[in-house]
Amino acid sequence: MSNLSGVRSPGLAGLAFLALLAGCSDGRGAAPATGDAVRSPAADPAPARPVALPASFNLGRAASAAEIKAWDIDVNPTGAALPEGRGTYDAGQKLYAEKCAACHGAKGEGMPPVYPMLIGAEPRDFSFADDFKKHKTIGNYWPYATTLYDYINRAMPLTQPGSLSPDEVYSLVAYLLAENGVIGRDVAMDAKSLPAVKMPGRDRFVVDDRSGGPGFK
Amino acid sequence: MSDDSRRISRRAAITTTAGAVGAALLARAGLAAQDAPAAPPDPTKLPGMPTSAVSGRSPFVHPERAPTGVLSGPSFTPLQELTGTITPSDLHFERHHGGAAVIDPQKWKLVIHGMVEHPLTFDLEDLKRFPSVTRVHFIECAGNGRNAYRTPKPDMTPQQVDGLTSNTEWTGVPLSLLFREAGVKPKATWFLAEGGDAAVLSRSIPVTKALDDALLVWGQNGEPLRVQNGYPVRLLLPGWEGNACVKWLRRLELIDQPNMSRDETSKYTDPLPGGKARQFSFEMDAKSVITSPAAPTKLSRAGWWPVRGLAWSGRGRIARVEVSTDGGKTWADAEVQGPVQPKAHVRFQHMWNWDGKPALLLSRATDETGAVQPTRAAFQAVRGVGTDFHFNYIRGWRVDRDGAVTFEGAA
Repeated sequence: MSNLSGVRSPGLAGLAFLALLAGCSDGRGAAPATGDAVRSPAADPAPARPVALPASFNLGRAASAAEIKAWDIDVNPTGAALPEGRGTYDAGQKLYAEKCAACHGAKGEGMPPVYPMLIGAEPRDFSFADDFKKHKTIGNYWPYATTLYDYINRAMPLTQPGSLSPDEVYSLVAYLLAENGVIGRDVAMDAKSLPAVKMPGRDRFVVDDRSGGPGFK
Repeated sequence: MSDDSRRISRRAAITTTAGAVGAALLARAGLAAQDAPAAPPDPTKLPGMPTSAVSGRSPFVHPERAPTGVLSGPSFTPLQELTGTITPSDLHFERHHGGAAVIDPQKWKLVIHGMVEHPLTFDLEDLKRFPSVTRVHFIECAGNGRNAYRTPKPDMTPQQVDGLTSNTEWTGVPLSLLFREAGVKPKATWFLAEGGDAAVLSRSIPVTKALDDALLVWGQNGEPLRVQNGYPVRLLLPGWEGNACVKWLRRLELIDQPNMSRDETSKYTDPLPGGKARQFSFEMDAKSVITSPAAPTKLSRAGWWPVRGLAWSGRGRIARVEVSTDGGKTWADAEVQGPVQPKAHVRFQHMWNWDGKPALLLSRATDETGAVQPTRAAFQAVRGVGTDFHFNYIRGWRVDRDGAVTFEGAA
């Protein structure tokens, strides 16, 4: 593959990059040696100068569409990246028993803390800060349904990650959402229905407001 | 034969057949070359070990992590057995989500794509050809201190209380430099960092962090990363929670909204009183912990003892560490031993003349933003008893009349 010689633009990060490299030095740079009357100027070698850095080092190669596609598996709340396919509660129930129940329990009770509880509606009031024994589940905590697809698809089952087909992942999502009382058992999951699911925990999350300084947050 | 000639002939034999003699000695001891043999009664009367490929620890030193033995779980750094500020690479804490991935560096590549002008793929050589930097930073797991907060026990050691923090000299390339090559589009406000492990762990990170001080690192304390720390390349976000410093990095996607990955929604969020949870709580708060004296140490007698520990903040430099030996009634400034580097562990020391009476030792860090490590009560009032991450309250160690030291969970 050829390098992208001459076509890369510094872009947004250009200025920050220069500042960052400046921070790597001692900041003194080429300070003039004023007041140094002893040394003979003729004896000085040419003053050292830093190498002028190029706009691009032209390292790496163009990423191919195929290699991006092979790894670009993330699914965000818009659901735009969800694949074709469809999954039902019934298929999910069967799959859960086969592939999930060994760690997460027959009823999604889990084996905390390593294998979290997945199914459970309480507490409805999101009072987790009051008692660490209250378990965070899909039904009472997870703010986005798309996260279920993203995570199961990439990382589950623990000993066979990445082994499930889109239909299988959709089915497990349908089963887990229904068991948590978020959707009905008759609701199939696909690229259209999944992002439309509103999770009970959706409005409970707030942006980090800590920024240091006096006063503990 | 005189003593002198015997000594000379023995030395000659060792010189000419040093390898054979060394091997025989080691064979007699039943040890591989890298292991140290048992200490002889008088080491001045017997040659020592020959040179070896890799040094082992003294046979009298056995620092170990405390692994949980599961694929998705932690192992804790033995803070009470370490000196200075650098964590030996083989003792850096672990927290994996699908086991520690073994990656062939010849097959490794990093893809940068999404909202960029030029989607790029780098191999390891490409990465190392960029200008690199070397910096000392801690990585702390956001869950560090959870067990001590929820279920404190008197016999807990610094390792068990706070062993999910480690401090390392990292070498790598500024992420801003790679983003500059790719040409990040102005609408990209976040990037997804993804690992090539079995969890394919992914986190959404604000682009501002990449432009600030984020690094892609391949060097750990003078050598390549350990497998458990993300070999060959991990993301390092100085001062930010360990989970976001994605190990075994393979992909960076520039995006305009967070992905809402599992580890930024169902985990690594902080429940707060009032039915809310804090999200994207990346920065690690100012914190300190006394590592000596601490359980299981026993002070042998009254008199002078150094109270030593570590302090750090994810928001910059540690400005001050105070130590109390009377449970917080009075405080003294501890010596903060430089160099004090930002977002790095510093060692503090307070010389204490123990009078042999019961004492309660506390340490309290203040960082350069003015943030002060809170008491447990103040922490609990703000964050709640059930909060899940970022446990930076003041730790306590109780010294009994007989010198026994125990963890004081209610301090």
